[in-house]
Amino acid sequence: MEKNQEKHLDNSHSYGNYILVWLALMALTAVTVAVAGINLGGLTVATALIIASVKGYLVLTIFMHLKSESKTFRVFVSVALIFLIVSFILLFSDYSFIARN
Amino acid sequence: MSTQEHTVTHIHRDDIGARMGMWLFLFTELLLFGGMFILYSIYRYTYPDAFHLAAKDLNTIIGTFNTAILLTSSLTMALSIAAIQRDRKSLSIFLQFITILLALGFMVNKYFEWSAKFSHGIYPGSEVLLAKPSGEIVFYGLYYVMTGLHGLHVIIGMVLIAIMMRFTYKGIIKADSYVKLETVGLYWHLVDIIWIFLFPLFYLIT
Repeated sequence: MEKNQEKHLDNSHSYGNYILVWLALMALTAVTVAVAGINLGGLTVATALIIASVKGYLVLTIFMHLKSESKTFRVFVSVALIFLIVSFILLFSDYSFIARN
Repeated sequence: MSTQEHTVTHIHRDDIGARMGMWLFLFTELLLFGGMFILYSIYRYTYPDAFHLAAKDLNTIIGTFNTAILLTSSLTMALSIAAIQRDRKSLSIFLQFITILLALGFMVNKYFEWSAKFSHGIYPGSEVLLAKPSGEIVFYGLYYVMTGLHGLHVIIGMVLIAIMMRFTYKGIIKADSYVKLETVGLYWHLVDIIWIFLFPLFYLIT
């Protein structure tokens, strides 16, 4: 078998591991719904986004196999996400600056 | 060595390239939805009160239920790949079938959610909606476009998984060749990630 047809049957691809991640995702969903009922003021959106990011991270690394993929994939995805976040921050800070003045 | 001999002895396969190709496509999807998330954040910043008021009318229970459905469908998708890696063909087909059923459940919930809104006269361009303050019109505009586009992705995902079920049944997807199923899985998980962010932003504004 060639190198690029590798099978990765390590721990991260086991049934049990996937079920554990799913349980964590369901628990985080319960937390985000419960927390939404509490008024945290300006932190409400931040809390929701942090929880969503943790869930997204779990899906990316375990369900989408980034944890067991080669480094190239992790670099690619990280660069794409960083660009997305940077464009978010730039656009939003620009807009809020214009809106205030 | 002639080229003909070469093709006979070596069937070209590049699983890493196939997965990389899917990831590149997913980046364009990320930009598509990313642009809408920027629009959302700017309008929410502009009309904070209208967004809170409008979001109260969304059904949090259906939203939470749909989140659970989609997360579970991601699990069954991941498990179906784990099953084919272990040469458990019928288990893999069964898990793909469950994934499609869960996706269908998601869409049925979406149907009831949207028809409840429609029956209250709230749909893009309706008189009831246009009589509301502009912040709420924008909120519902974003709600329909973003959850609608997401729903379209769910339907595309269902069709793709159905094709993968057929491939698995016919033995095109098998224990030592399952990259097609993997790439469809990547697509399906991205649809899940987008919903993970849509859910708190639309349903959990208090």
